[in-house]
Amino acid sequence: MEVLVATSVGVMTTCGVYLVLRASTFPVVVGLTLFSYAVNVFLFSMGRLKVGAPAVIDPAADSYADPLPQALVLTAIVIAFAMTAFVIVLALKARDELGNDHVDGLGGNLSDDEGREA
Amino acid sequence: MTHWIILPVLLPLIGGLLQLVVRNFGLSLQRVLGLFLAGGLVALGIKILMLAQAGDTLVYELGNWPAPFGIALVLDRLSAMMVLLTSVLALAALWYASVMRVDEKGSHFHVLFQLQLFGLNGAFLTGDVFNLFVFFEVLLLASYGLLLHGSGAARTRAGLHYVVINLIGSALFLFAVGALYGAVGTLNIADMAQKVAAAPAERSGLIAAAGLLLLVVFALKAAMFPLYLWLPRAYANASAPVAAFFAIMTKVGVYAIIRVHGTVFGEEAGELAGLHMPWLLAGGLVTLVLAALGVMAARGLREQVAYLVLASVATLLAAIGLNRTEALAAGLYYLLHSTLLAGAFFLLADLIRRSRGAASDRFDTVARIQDGRWLGIGFFFAAVALAGLPPMSGFIGKIMILNAAMEHPWRWLVLTCTLSASLLIMVALVRSGSFLFFRPQEMALGEADQSGEPPKRAALWIIGSLLVTAPLLVLFAGGVMEFTTETATQLQEVPKYIEAVLEKPLTAGAR
Repeated sequence: MEVLVATSVGVMTTCGVYLVLRASTFPVVVGLTLFSYAVNVFLFSMGRLKVGAPAVIDPAADSYADPLPQALVLTAIVIAFAMTAFVIVLALKARDELGNDHVDGLGGNLSDDEGREA
Repeated sequence: MTHWIILPVLLPLIGGLLQLVVRNFGLSLQRVLGLFLAGGLVALGIKILMLAQAGDTLVYELGNWPAPFGIALVLDRLSAMMVLLTSVLALAALWYASVMRVDEKGSHFHVLFQLQLFGLNGAFLTGDVFNLFVFFEVLLLASYGLLLHGSGAARTRAGLHYVVINLIGSALFLFAVGALYGAVGTLNIADMAQKVAAAPAERSGLIAAAGLLLLVVFALKAAMFPLYLWLPRAYANASAPVAAFFAIMTKVGVYAIIRVHGTVFGEEAGELAGLHMPWLLAGGLVTLVLAALGVMAARGLREQVAYLVLASVATLLAAIGLNRTEALAAGLYYLLHSTLLAGAFFLLADLIRRSRGAASDRFDTVARIQDGRWLGIGFFFAAVALAGLPPMSGFIGKIMILNAAMEHPWRWLVLTCTLSASLLIMVALVRSGSFLFFRPQEMALGEADQSGEPPKRAALWIIGSLLVTAPLLVLFAGGVMEFTTETATQLQEVPKYIEAVLEKPLTAGAR
């Protein structure tokens, strides 16, 4: 199981890095999502991998899973979810204002004060 | 246990919610409420600074769960100083936004501003690494909204870069925190310091890797080489009060390095002690040189000020990297100076941009500024202070850092980099000052550009009150240095910090 979890974290991170380095915004957003998946699995495994052990007190249990990483993963999921929603909206806004989905907004009208004085 | 410690976190949170409620009653009510809240935060900042000045590390256990099981807020001199500095800068930025009506260019400016303060104060007061991550996310999410406030294509593009790079930073933060937790089994900074010092030798590789990964995250926030490329464009394109307020954002990264790395990898950490120091010094010096070149190459005043912010952070990182109490104390003095002055300079750049009409803040020769006398005086004042010339506070800060560097083996490198960067910055500021204020009047006398607006008196007063901190920091340099030296000494006494946070009787919070 250790090998499986470690490989999946590695593969997801690698794909995430590759996608984040793409030039259009959509692959970047997908890459960020993969990053957050990789982070979640990684955080989870940092509480040591145990199968079938309860996280809360159970008189019949002989070993426990670490509950703290599970709480951390929950927090991280919520935050990553909100951030993904935000970055999608921002990417759409950039697509709208710059006229294309290139991360550097190629060819868009970048006059410095546009929208500021309006 | 005193409840004062949590108030700087609660006040902006409640304030932000209140701002949301009163949104329908118009901007003027939001402005009054915002200024009232920011003023209250300044008063609170002074109060907790007085509490911290007594010299003890004060701990507030949330929900009365004893550390390291619950989350603890920790107040010492450094956190109190940062909270007060933030609130002063926030008051000025918010006041400017109200006077210049920047807040009507988009919705929710006041709500986001309060939530940004909530995140900042939380980050300065927390004693738990994961809680630090959560507060980082709060302040970042608010900062995304503030950075994009007012829209415009250039701002959206800069905002996209800022958001994506900070999301990657957040992912790395979680990797680092997860690895640290896996290695030592705790998230409380004090407990972590204790466990790292006692960690078996075969774990030290993992701990070092996690610690350096965490340094990458904080260096990204602090904009250290090679992770600074997002800063100039984001700051140059943000609206003025936001850019001024963001002068504190890079200092959050610096604070986190001092707090987390300084405590966990302090002198007691055995073979891992000071593992971040050489990186900070080298990274700081490279950033300083590149920032000075950026100041030279900037095409507009706001871009130039953004590079000046970068230069001040770089000086600060190098001062921390010297790994001496005197250098840290001088660095903290420099932090106070550079944050307030950079904030003032961003506001000033905005007034100059407005008064030049179509030419904006580009260094072109155009018709002269209307009513530019006070703008010119302010520019001169801010330029002298930020370039580090006597008699302003930048000079004192820099000379104390260099003085502390004299016993470091890299002293010649530090001296060369700092002094040549100062020279380049000074030349660049002289050049931009003459472009903005002298040359136009020779070339285009009599054909003043009518599209510019003369600066508002109230806005000039706000900038003046920020600029006046430079001579004040010189006048009271003795007292301020005494305080920062005490702060630096307190930061080096890691065992006392651990004792304050962990070894409290379980009933201490019951009152």
